Amino acid sequence: MSGRAHIVGDHIDTDVIIPAGRLNDPRPEVLARYCMENLDPKWVEGVSQGDVIVAGLNFGCGSSREHAPISIKACGISAVIARNFARIFFRNAINIGLPIFECPEAVDATEDGDVVSFDMGAGTITNETKGLTFQAEPFPEFMLGIMEAGGLVEYTKHKLTNAS
Amino acid sequence: MARPMTITEKILARHAGATEVKPGQFVNVRPDVVMANDITAPLAIDAFLASGASRVFDPARVALVPSHWAPPKDILSAELVHKMRTFARDQGIEGFYEMGRGGIEHVILPEEGVVVPGDVVLGADSHTCTYGGVGCFSTGVGSTDLGCALATGETWLRVPESIRFEFNGSLGRYVSGKDLILFAIGQIGCDGARYQAMEFVGETLESLPMYQRLTMCNMAIEAGGKSGIVPPDAVTRAYEDGRARREPVYLESDGDSEYTARYTWDVSGLEPQVACPFLPSNTKPISEAKGLEMDQVFIGSCTNGRLEDLEAAAEVLRGRRVHDRIRCIVLPGSDRVWRAAEKAGLVAIFVEAGCSVGPSSCGPCLGGHLGVLSAGERCAATSNRNFRGRMGHRDAETYLVNPHIAAATAVAGHLCSPDDLD
Ligand code: SF4
Repeated sequence: MSGRAHIVGDHIDTDVIIPAGRLNDPRPEVLARYCMENLDPKWVEGVSQGDVIVAGLNFGCGSSREHAPISIKACGISAVIARNFARIFFRNAINIGLPIFECPEAVDATEDGDVVSFDMGAGTITNETKGLTFQAEPFPEFMLGIMEAGGLVEYTKHKLTNAS
Repeated sequence: MARPMTITEKILARHAGATEVKPGQFVNVRPDVVMANDITAPLAIDAFLASGASRVFDPARVALVPSHWAPPKDILSAELVHKMRTFARDQGIEGFYEMGRGGIEHVILPEEGVVVPGDVVLGADSHTCTYGGVGCFSTGVGSTDLGCALATGETWLRVPESIRFEFNGSLGRYVSGKDLILFAIGQIGCDGARYQAMEFVGETLESLPMYQRLTMCNMAIEAGGKSGIVPPDAVTRAYEDGRARREPVYLESDGDSEYTARYTWDVSGLEPQVACPFLPSNTKPISEAKGLEMDQVFIGSCTNGRLEDLEAAAEVLRGRRVHDRIRCIVLPGSDRVWRAAEKAGLVAIFVEAGCSVGPSSCGPCLGGHLGVLSAGERCAATSNRNFRGRMGHRDAETYLVNPHIAAATAVAGHLCSPDDLD
């Protein structure tokens, strides 16, 4: 998976990612149209399938709305790389299968438009433009279990099946 | 010797069936109450059904609250609310709070004694942390987490580290819990407590009434906190007496518990605080923000929509008029608050002053409806977030204040304290 980097700043909150006025139609293809609307109403027009968001601190702070990672994923973004994430966004991204990486070094080294690829299993991020590879914070084993099952719904499905 | 534990660790240990837990540890817990609202429940229901479940783990432990689009603003939002109320009916969930018997989830659940001290509460809303005011562990999650918890009655949590916030000194007139939490967020930043439990203690807290403790814990998320908590004391016991629907469990932190940080502040001379756009951490004392003209004033929300908050606003608005340039919207936080406000004569004071008093709803807080801002408009709000676009257009501005300041601002037309009125 590789794509161009879209740099955003610190504390990108869920009202910026997808404002409340857009939540009355939660279909992913509809949410996709308004991703990052409050950062720049034309932001989505610049996104090609596979691109990545490269963010600063506390990405996804604010609301618990899962519509935020859904709109990011649905508009074609393949991963979010940040210095760190707000807690609920982190959980939501894992649960819906949006790859996320905490890696300040990769954030420091990446400029807008650089081509970036990543390997989810190995937890590595490569800036193809600059020829640099970075190791992201490893996921706790517990969460890898959820991701390997294909997200929390699948994980729960197994659990319910095994219980009955 | 057992390891000393914070109140948060003790509550999580009890719900994980363990004698001891440590920060950083992942635990599976069985929440006492699982809650979702009209924005998050529809997606949670999808996740619930996709997991293969057909019945919720325990209908008596589920609360579903239509608050964000109450009343529904258009066909799309009506369909989401419809999906939620149909689900509640099909599943036999009595804790579905219809308009007229409901309000905002974070006002209703403590008020009705649904969440009690010692609980673990999981809610698909980031301000679920509010309930920590009564001394329980409560935290916000997304819809998929909630839907799966509805199916299994369980969820996983990482035991958070705790930060201790000690407030000493007595509060000045027009200074409240809202100002303490705004001040704290201003000091530590909007990620200053990321992933952590914020424990509020100290001399000031001892005499802080419950509604203000709920306000403080409500905004823990605005510092990135996983939860906020005020360890139970005499105020808590008096509040729960005759209210709690289940037996409360009163716990406290061990004296030698570990904290990642300890802040001690003397707040005797603290002024009312204003959080300026576009971050809740962008705070200033009112004396430095005074004079800025506003277009709208919003009094309400899960932060400051309780009866005593309305009393504070009414104290200022009694016998005064809302300034010509201001649209002042008052939304009591629950229908119980609405009725009490009416009975106490507060609604008459607001209406006489020229406010518009609306239904118990989140309303303009999230820029959904009932008072959305246009480009260039400024709003002084008693709610909790002032992010770009939060209350409407991306070029609108929100200033977060307490109810006294909001009411004074409504009268003056610009940010000010009741002391600045004639
Ligand atoms: S009042 Fe505002 S912050 Fe509170 S639950 Fe409603 S939208 Fe969320």
